[in-house]
Amino acid sequence: MSSTSISLNHLVKQFGKQTVLKDINFTVSPGQIVGLIGPSGAGKSTIIKTTLGMEVADGGSATVFNQVMPNRKLLSRIGYMAQTDALYGSLSGQENLMFFAQMKGLKKQTIHAEIAHVAEVVDLTTDLNKRVSSYSGGMMRRLSLAIALLGSPELLILDEPTGGIDPALRRQIWKELNTIRHENRSILITTHVMDEAELVDEVALILNGKVMAFDSPAALKKQYQVNSIEDVFLKAEGVQL
Amino acid sequence: MRIIAIMIRVLKELLRDKRTLALMFLAPILILFLMNAIFSSNSTTNVTIGTVSLSQAMNKKLGKGNHVDVKLYDSKTAAEKALKKTHIDAIIQKKHNDYILTHANTDSTKTTAVKMAVKNALTARGTAELKTGLKTSTTVIGKLRHQLTITSKALAKLQFQVAKSTNQKVKTSKSNHVTLAQVSSKKMATPKITNHYVYGDANTSFFDKMLPILMGFFVFFFVFLISGMALLKERTSGTLDRLLATPVKRYEIVFGYMASYGILAIFQTVLIVLVTVWLLGAEVVGSLFSIILINLLLALVALAFGILLSTFASSEFQMMQFIPLVVIPQIFFSGIIPLDQMASWIKTISYIVPIKYSGDAVTAIMMRGAGLSSLGLEITVLFGFLIVLTVLNIMGLKRYRKV
Ligand SMILES: Nc1ncnc2c1ncn2[C@@H]1O[C@H](COP(=O)(O)OP(=O)(O)OP(=O)(O)O)[C@@H](O)[C@H]1O
Ligand SMILES: [Mg+2]
Repeated sequence: MSSTSISLNHLVKQFGKQTVLKDINFTVSPGQIVGLIGPSGAGKSTIIKTTLGMEVADGGSATVFNQVMPNRKLLSRIGYMAQTDALYGSLSGQENLMFFAQMKGLKKQTIHAEIAHVAEVVDLTTDLNKRVSSYSGGMMRRLSLAIALLGSPELLILDEPTGGIDPALRRQIWKELNTIRHENRSILITTHVMDEAELVDEVALILNGKVMAFDSPAALKKQYQVNSIEDVFLKAEGVQL
Repeated sequence: MRIIAIMIRVLKELLRDKRTLALMFLAPILILFLMNAIFSSNSTTNVTIGTVSLSQAMNKKLGKGNHVDVKLYDSKTAAEKALKKTHIDAIIQKKHNDYILTHANTDSTKTTAVKMAVKNALTARGTAELKTGLKTSTTVIGKLRHQLTITSKALAKLQFQVAKSTNQKVKTSKSNHVTLAQVSSKKMATPKITNHYVYGDANTSFFDKMLPILMGFFVFFFVFLISGMALLKERTSGTLDRLLATPVKRYEIVFGYMASYGILAIFQTVLIVLVTVWLLGAEVVGSLFSIILINLLLALVALAFGILLSTFASSEFQMMQFIPLVVIPQIFFSGIIPLDQMASWIKTISYIVPIKYSGDAVTAIMMRGAGLSSLGLEITVLFGFLIVLTVLNIMGLKRYRKV
């Protein structure tokens, strides 16, 4: 078995009577960016949470670095950014970064350099000493992303990282994501911005608790005979073009 | 160390929340001042009086009083032992013609009740003696009448004094020694009552009895509420999920919270104790350190309780709903209201109330100077609460991360 960053096999997840994930299969290889797209409520966040071990699968399995999740120790190799900005409002940006760096178990000597680097990537260097409660929505999103980037994790799991971020900054973030890919690290990303879905290596289209399609953007466009991933999305959902 | 990082973070958040801090530190002081002003009156309670070398008649008369039990002791040392162990509330000893009262005085209601009982018993006896005394003295007075016409005014005065002294035998003063009646005639030496206090003085009030329980209540209430809210916020804002997406261990989160709120509780306890001792003039017989230690233990129980209950609440308002359910009933069972005469099931409930144990322990330290070693039961029970709740919390975090 070749080494994979994430491997989901016949993943099933239920909340009460509702079966949110019916049969999810896909893999993320090292050095790959995989985009999860699908309508709201399709179960993208649920896939991520099950992969991280915050929810337990009712069937099938989720493995990260070929080890079955949930697994606490593996979490130190994963950078996670949730869909909601989970930040401590009464602390400054710097203090938030510091706290999560300590939680991730970063070495003392490298912490300050790490914080400076991730702040640079999300363009927050000058605002680090402000309280997070006084940040704008986009600034919070960026700080949240910076926390996920801390410690150069081998796998990044980002739940809508670019919501509320302006185009210039979004471009800068994608530049960073590409750098990460070149370092042979992997990224699983969800997004509702279809331009971004064009930039990933493979797209997983989630619909009705299943992976409708899993292929490169180019192959998907060919398969659906359309010009953009947005049209692929709409066509798969059955919207008349 | 992740525990320390969490502790520092929680403390930072708390220190920046000025309003909550003010509430935690100023509200107890304000309430203590108000309570001190309000509580000076008392209600009836049962008292047990130990007597040493008292006449049978006197013992009987004492026992006749409402809510009074009499226990006879052979020696003063035996009675003093019983007093220390709180089997009895006061000792009466007869010396020559005088009575010496020693009050435990940990409960001013009881002290007052004892004084009343003794006063009543003596009045009953005094009037009997007066009657016989008067019979003999009428003849004497008849003889004297013509001989000492000038002194008749003085005699009237003397009679007035006798009357006054029998009616008003108990008079207290700050000196702790009260001479209640002067010898009014050669034949009739009214007994002198001297009051001694094991704790405090004649000014010890209901407030002093409430103090240890109130102290525990403040610590419990604020730590319970604020920590519960903090964890709730951590959960609803998603930071708990984010925290659990790092390799942090579940017990590190719980212990980090314990460390920060423990520190807070120490400051709060010190402040409350200093205010009550310096500004309100309360007396602390035992060591302050022991009081702080007990309150720290209670704070940790409150913290664990707050964290546990916060998992059953989905908003701050729901957290508030636990106050009348969990916090307020604790006051009733804490010992502020004497439970001796109540139904046994009520007493049983009081055994599962943490504030009762801290209240008992701090009362013993403050009023009787008890050391920590003699408070084994209370400390063990509090530790028991703490361990069980902490384990439940660490397990409960599994709901948010399966490992
Ligand atoms: N903790 C939960 N308890 C019950 N149902 C849940 C829970 N979490 C998610 N669901 C349900 O699972 C379904 C998928 O939710 P999920 O958050 O994964 O959607 P999503 O694809 O991320 O949507 P969006 O694009 O809006 O973020 C929804 O119907 C949601 O109601
Ligand atoms: Mg989602």
